[in-house]
Amino acid sequence: MSGSGTTIRTLYDVPGPRAKALNILVSVLCVLGLAAAGWWVSSALAEKGQLAAEKWEPFVTPEMWLTYLLPGILGTLQAAAFAIVLAIILGILLGVGRLSENRTVRYSCGAVVEFFRAIPLLILMIFCFQLFADYALFPSTELAVAAVVTGLALSNGAVIAEIVRAGIKAIPRGQGEAAIALGLGNGQTLRMILLPQAITAMLPAIVAQLVVALKDTALGYQITYVEAVRQGIQAGSAYSNYIPALVVIALVMIAINLGLSRLATYFENRLRSGRKPALKPAVEEVVVPQT
Amino acid sequence: MDILNEYGDQLFAAFLTTLQLTMLSALGSLLLGTMLTAMRVSPVWALRTLATGYVNIVRNTPLTLVVLFASFGLAQQLGITLADPKSPTSITDSSFRLAVLAFSLYTATFVSEALRAGVNTVPLGQSEAARSLGLGFLQGLRYIVLPQAFRAVIAPLGSILIALTKNTTVASVIGVAEAALLMKEMIENTSALIVVGLIFGAGFMCLTIPTGAAFGHLSKKFEVKR
Repeated sequence: MSGSGTTIRTLYDVPGPRAKALNILVSVLCVLGLAAAGWWVSSALAEKGQLAAEKWEPFVTPEMWLTYLLPGILGTLQAAAFAIVLAIILGILLGVGRLSENRTVRYSCGAVVEFFRAIPLLILMIFCFQLFADYALFPSTELAVAAVVTGLALSNGAVIAEIVRAGIKAIPRGQGEAAIALGLGNGQTLRMILLPQAITAMLPAIVAQLVVALKDTALGYQITYVEAVRQGIQAGSAYSNYIPALVVIALVMIAINLGLSRLATYFENRLRSGRKPALKPAVEEVVVPQT
Repeated sequence: MDILNEYGDQLFAAFLTTLQLTMLSALGSLLLGTMLTAMRVSPVWALRTLATGYVNIVRNTPLTLVVLFASFGLAQQLGITLADPKSPTSITDSSFRLAVLAFSLYTATFVSEALRAGVNTVPLGQSEAARSLGLGFLQGLRYIVLPQAFRAVIAPLGSILIALTKNTTVASVIGVAEAALLMKEMIENTSALIVVGLIFGAGFMCLTIPTGAAFGHLSKKFEVKR
């Protein structure tokens, strides 16, 4: 981290002999403290029998995964995937709507966005669940998934709308003016010039939003949706090993989310390093002779 | 109107609990988040690794899972109930305090992320100047860097507070009597779904929209002009 001669920003000097000794001392104390805490937790859990081998063994059997964990993880991924696709569509519509020249469209889109950003997702899911049940909008087996997806799509759609709006606003004015000067209409300018640039620039934020959506599927737990956390608890009660089950589910969710976060960082770096060349393919398209 | 007469008191109590959960967790996450940030920018390798690891792990865990860990793990397995077991309200107290703990642990990671970004906005010359004045790392952080960092991240902290307000509904998973739990009960006991939905929607809008406006105003007021 702090090799001499590098230009890494630090709030401290390259440590001298005394600071080095102090750093090592603090590090050792820190590791000892962590080890003590770990020992205390594990001995307390061992006393309760949660660390016994038979509590963990089910996790290497196919029954555990096929009956409990995989359906849950699949449910989580499915709901998140459906929701994010809908949220992106909704987000683009609302984000563009908020920039519309028509005042009615602008204000109504603004109201929708503000409303769904202010309401807790769980409240929205509980409401949708009951609404769909009362008016029999979905078959009873699909009620939970429909409510989870609707809730996620509406609340994430509102967030993505703000991302899209900020993205379009960040594009230099000249881009839109040039498009108008070339004779493109408002809709064409938006579709062909502004949106592609806004969405590429906002891709990292949109991928990061995917992590949020994925984590939020766990709220479906409270409206009986078959997702990872619910299935973890079910498995925990079936094998009476709550702690191991929760730990395994946590590890799976963290792994998926860290992977997605990495993806967001990757996009961000690629965009930052290749902002200009990204325009190249468009030029090539023009020179290809059409027969 | 009948519904308001019937549930008025309970509504008030539920939103009061929501507000208490929010305030206490905000305080807890601000303290813990500041500590995590200090650890993450500190010269000690072990502290940096520990704090970064904590932030990355907890931030990527669903909040429902964090709350369930507090309930199943801490309370049932480790016996940490955070409440006097002899008091008549010990179960309610325990759930409430465990929820506050879980929200603080979870939200602190977001506070830390925001604050670290804030630290990055403070020019390096500021901490160099602090060192040349003879201030140590912690002093420089406390008197020079963090005050400026906080002023830079007021708006993001506002968004985190709004998210926290909405997230307190997750406490219903361990039976804390806040807004979402009452909403479930009211939906079951009354047939006025739309009215119930509007009441709770309006309730949360009253909590979150002014927060956003207030933090927007504060962030402009305390902006560090460079």
